[in-house]
Amino acid sequence: MTMSLNVISFLVENKPGVLFNISNTIRRKNFNIHSITAIAGEHEDTTRITITSKADAHEIDKLVEQMSKMVDIIRVKRLDPLRTIQRDLALVKLHTADPMAQEEALEIINKYKGLILDIKPDTVIAQITGSVNEVSDFHEEVNHIGVIESARTGITAIEKGWVTLMEK
Amino acid sequence: MTKTTGSRAYIKTLENEGVTHMFGITGAALIPICDDLLDSKIKYIPGVHEQGSAHMADGYARASGKPGIVQVTSGPGATNIVTGVATAQLDSAPLVCFTGQVPMNMVGTDAFQEVDIIGVTASITKWNYQVRDPARIPWAVKAGMYVSNTGRKGAVVIDLPKNVTTEEAEYDYDVKVELEGYKPVIDPDPHELDTAVKVLTEAERPVIMAGGGVIASGAGKELAQLAELLMAPVATSLMGKGAIPSNHPLSLGLCGMHGRHEANYMVPDADVLLVVGARFSDRTTANLSGFAPNAKIVHIDIDRSEIDKNVSSITKVIGDARHALSGLYKRLMVQNIRTNGWHNRITEVKQYCETYDYGTDISTPNIIRSIRQALPNDAIVTTDVGQHQMFAALHYDVYESGTFLTSGGLGTMGWGLPAAIGAKAAKPDRKVLAICGDGGFHMTENNLTVAVDEDLPIIAVVLNNKLLGMVAQWQRLFMDGRLSTVDRDYSVDYTELSKTYGAHAVRTETLDEFNKAMREAVDADYTTVIEVPIDPNENVFPHIPPGMGLKDILTDD
Repeated sequence: MTMSLNVISFLVENKPGVLFNISNTIRRKNFNIHSITAIAGEHEDTTRITITSKADAHEIDKLVEQMSKMVDIIRVKRLDPLRTIQRDLALVKLHTADPMAQEEALEIINKYKGLILDIKPDTVIAQITGSVNEVSDFHEEVNHIGVIESARTGITAIEKGWVTLMEK
Repeated sequence: MTKTTGSRAYIKTLENEGVTHMFGITGAALIPICDDLLDSKIKYIPGVHEQGSAHMADGYARASGKPGIVQVTSGPGATNIVTGVATAQLDSAPLVCFTGQVPMNMVGTDAFQEVDIIGVTASITKWNYQVRDPARIPWAVKAGMYVSNTGRKGAVVIDLPKNVTTEEAEYDYDVKVELEGYKPVIDPDPHELDTAVKVLTEAERPVIMAGGGVIASGAGKELAQLAELLMAPVATSLMGKGAIPSNHPLSLGLCGMHGRHEANYMVPDADVLLVVGARFSDRTTANLSGFAPNAKIVHIDIDRSEIDKNVSSITKVIGDARHALSGLYKRLMVQNIRTNGWHNRITEVKQYCETYDYGTDISTPNIIRSIRQALPNDAIVTTDVGQHQMFAALHYDVYESGTFLTSGGLGTMGWGLPAAIGAKAAKPDRKVLAICGDGGFHMTENNLTVAVDEDLPIIAVVLNNKLLGMVAQWQRLFMDGRLSTVDRDYSVDYTELSKTYGAHAVRTETLDEFNKAMREAVDADYTTVIEVPIDPNENVFPHIPPGMGLKDILTDD
C-alpha cells in the first residue's frame, strides 16, 4: 500500500450540513483529512470543496464512490495527480527586530516570490503561494529567523487542459 | 394561491404522494400536525414505543414496496427511532421518518425535548433534511419519498421544527423534485450487459447468487428465467431469500455462515458467479479466500459503490436488477449456451445434501416446517434475530418473492413482531406471522397492544428456550461451553402476558398440539400468540466458524 497525498474535489449543494456529512463520512471510513478548503461557487447555490488526505489511492477511490452516493454532492472526484495543479497559500508573521534578520527575511520572501503585506519595526507579514512543498520549504528556511505565527489555507487544485470537475 | 399552514401542507403532500398509513407516537412538537390529521384520510396507527412504530413502518414498506411512514415527536421520540432507521437503512428498505422539532428560534439552545436528530442520524440515513422554510414543505416531503424509494432504497429523516408547521405560506404542490447530486441508474449500460454476456456464455459451471436487490426490484421472474436458460443454480443471501421459490429445482437456498450445504458447496465450485443485488456481506461470504476462489464474478448492483467494495468482480452491470436480468436474458436467448453436465452436478450435490433428519420432536426445524404447512403460499413471515432466524432461513420454504422479511444487516432483536404488524397493515388480506425467540419477543412484545387494539391480527410464534440462544451457541462451540450473560430463565409467563394484551395465547408442548394451535390461528381473525418451549441446547447447523471459508462447515455429527 502506497500512501500519497490525494486531492479530492467536490461540487456540492451550498447548504448547512453538507460539509458535516462529508467530513463525517471520511471519519467513519477511517481516513484523516490533511487539508480542506471550501467556498461558495460562482453560482451561490453550489460550493466547491477541496480535501486532501494521505492514503492509498485505491482506498480513496472507494471512499469517492461512497461519497458520490450522497444526495447533496453533485460531483466528487479524486484528481489525477499527473495532471493536477495544486496551490497552497500561507500568511507568515516573522520576528524581525534585528535588521540583519529583516534583510534575510526579505531576501527569502523574494526568493519564493512572496508578497510583503505588512512591515512593523520588529515584524514582517509575508504572503507565500506555491505547491504545498514550496510553502513548507519556505517555512523551513525562515524557521531560524523566528516564525511568530503562520496561517495556511490548505490546498486548492484544478486539472490541466479541458478536463473539469463536472466532466465525467 | 391561498395561504395555508405548514402542517396542512405536510398532510396534503403526503396524501398527494399516495400515503395511506402512518405509524408513530405523538408529542408536543407535533400538536399542530395531529390536529390536521383529524381531517385526513391517512390512517394513523399509534404505537407504544417509537422503536416499534419505526419497525412497523419498515415492515409495511417491505411488504408493500411503498415507503413506510413513521412520525414521532422531537427529542426522545426522535432518538427512539434510531434503531429502526438503521435497521431499514442496512436492509435498503424505504422508510421515511418525520421528526418533530422545537421551533427554529429555540434550536441549538438545549430546549425541552430538543435533540439534533439530523446530526444523530447523519451516518444511518440515505438522506436527511431539516425544513427551515414552510414554503419548502411540499418539496421536502416529495424529495424524502423519492429518495427513499428509488435507486438503492433506504431510510430518510425529515425534521420539522414546530414553527415551520404553524407558519403560513403559499404552497406549490406541483414543485418538481430535482436533486442534482442524486441520479439513480435504472437502465443498465448496453456495453456492460454485452461484456457480462460474453463472460456468461463462456461459463461451464455458472452459479447465481441473489440478494435483496432482486426482491426490491421485483425481479423474481427474470431471475428464474435466466437461471433456467443458463442451467445455473441459485444461492441467496439472507436478504435474497425468496428471490427464487424454494421449491424451484435450481434453488440452492441460503449461502453463508448458516447456509445450506448445497449452496456452500456449489458457490466455491463455480467458474462464473453472477451476483445480483447482493453486497457480499461477511455473513454471506464467510472468509473471502474460500468464497468462489476460482470464479469470474459478474456483479449486478444498483449501487455503484458496492462494486469491488468487498469482493473484486471481473465485470459489472450498474442498474436495477430487473432491467439488468431481462437485458441479459434477451442477449443470451439467442446464444448457444453450454450446459453440459453441470445440471447433473447440481442434482448430485442436492441429493448428497438431502440428508436432514427432522425426526418427530418439537424441535425448531419441525416447528418451522409446520408453520409452512399451515400457512397459505402467499402468507408473509417475519423473523426476529438469532437462532430461530437462521433455522427459518434454512427450513422455511418461500414460494412468493417478498414474503419472508427479516432484519439481516443490522440484526435487530425485537424487529419481528412490530414488523409483522406493519406488514399486516400493508396487506390486510394476507396471513402474517412473526417467528420470534423469547429474547427478541420480550424486547418489543408490548406492540401486541397495537395488533389487538388497531385490529391488525397477526400470529406470533415464540420459541422459548429461556436463553439468548445464538450467543449461547457460540459460547458452546467456541468458548468451551462456558455460558455467560445468556440466561433468560425469567419468571415472566409469555402466554399469560400475551393474554393481558388482549391476544389469544396458547402454550404447546408437542408437535401435534402446535399443529392444532396453528390451524386455529390461521382460521382466526384475531391475534394469536403460540408459545413453544424448546430445548435450550439446540444448535443451528450448518455453522461456519468465524474466519473460516464456505466449505469449512460445522455440523451436529
